[in-house]
Amino acid sequence: MKAAVLQFPGSNCDRDMVEGFRGAGFDVATVWHKDTTLPDGIDIVGVPGGFSYGDYLRCGAIAAQSPIMRAVADFAVWGGHVLGVCNGFQVLCETRMLPGVLMRNARLKFVCRTEPLIVATSDSPFTRAYEAGQQIEIPIAHHDGNYQIDDDGLVALRGEDRIAFTYADNPNGSRADIAGVLSANRRVLGMMPHPERAVEAAHGGTDGAPLFAALAGALVAA
Amino acid sequence: MKATVTVMLKQGVLDPQGEAVKSALGSMGFDGVSGVRQGKVIELELADGTTEAQVTEMCEKLLANTVIESYRVEMDA
Repeated sequence: MKAAVLQFPGSNCDRDMVEGFRGAGFDVATVWHKDTTLPDGIDIVGVPGGFSYGDYLRCGAIAAQSPIMRAVADFAVWGGHVLGVCNGFQVLCETRMLPGVLMRNARLKFVCRTEPLIVATSDSPFTRAYEAGQQIEIPIAHHDGNYQIDDDGLVALRGEDRIAFTYADNPNGSRADIAGVLSANRRVLGMMPHPERAVEAAHGGTDGAPLFAALAGALVAA
Repeated sequence: MKATVTVMLKQGVLDPQGEAVKSALGSMGFDGVSGVRQGKVIELELADGTTEAQVTEMCEKLLANTVIESYRVEMDA
C-alpha cells in the first residue's frame, strides 16, 4: 500500500501524517505542492494540517488552487481515497471535494486540546475499525474549525450517513457538532481533529491508530 | 486600470468577528450599534482591457467562497 502526503508552504503536520500512515504499514511518499502529478500506484493521498500559505485570503483557499490539488481532484474522481486533516479538511472544502465550509471558531479562540469525539458511522474505510457511537479521544488544534453547511446540505449528509465524527462537547460552534465528513462515495474524509497525533503511546493516546489501520486493511483488500 | 472587489459574508451567515466588534463598541460606550458585519476589500491592479467578466471569474474561483460569501466588483478606469 502506498500513501502520498502533500506538502504546501506552511504545512506543519505533514511528517506526523507520514508517521501515521507508516505505522499502519504504508509506504509513504511526500509530494510538493507544485508537482502536477501524483506518484504511480498511490492508494491514498493525505492532505495534512498546518497553515498553508499562511491562511491568507481564507484557510485552504490558495492551496486548493495549487497544481497538485488538480491531480488530487482527478484522483478522487477516479475513486482514489483522500484523507484531509485540519488545514487539509479546509483545503478539501475549498476545492469543493467536500461540502460546507470551515469558519472562524464561534468563540474566536484558537483551541488546542484533546477532545472527545463520537464515531458517527463505522461505514467507511476510515472508520470501520470503530463502533458507531463509540467515544474516542483525539487532539484538536485550530482557529477555523467551525463547520457550517446549509439546511439542504445537512439533510443530505444525514440521509447518506456521511457524518464521520461529531464532537461530544462542541468546541468551535460547528453545525450539528460535526467534526468530520465523508464524500458521497465515502472515499474522501475531511476532519478537523488530528488522528495522526494519537497513534503512539508517547502521544498520550492511541485512539487515532485504528483509523490508519482500518485504511490499511481496506486498501489491501481493494 | 484597477478594480476593487468587496467580499462580505452572505446575509444569514453568522459573523462571530462582527459580533465581537459590535460588543466591543457597545462596551466602549458607542450606543445604538445594532449590527456589525466584517468583510474584505481587495484592490486589483490590472492590465488595460481587463474585463469585468474576468474579474468576476477571479471572484468565483478564488477571491470569494460563494458558499458563504457574496462579492461586489467595481471597475475603476
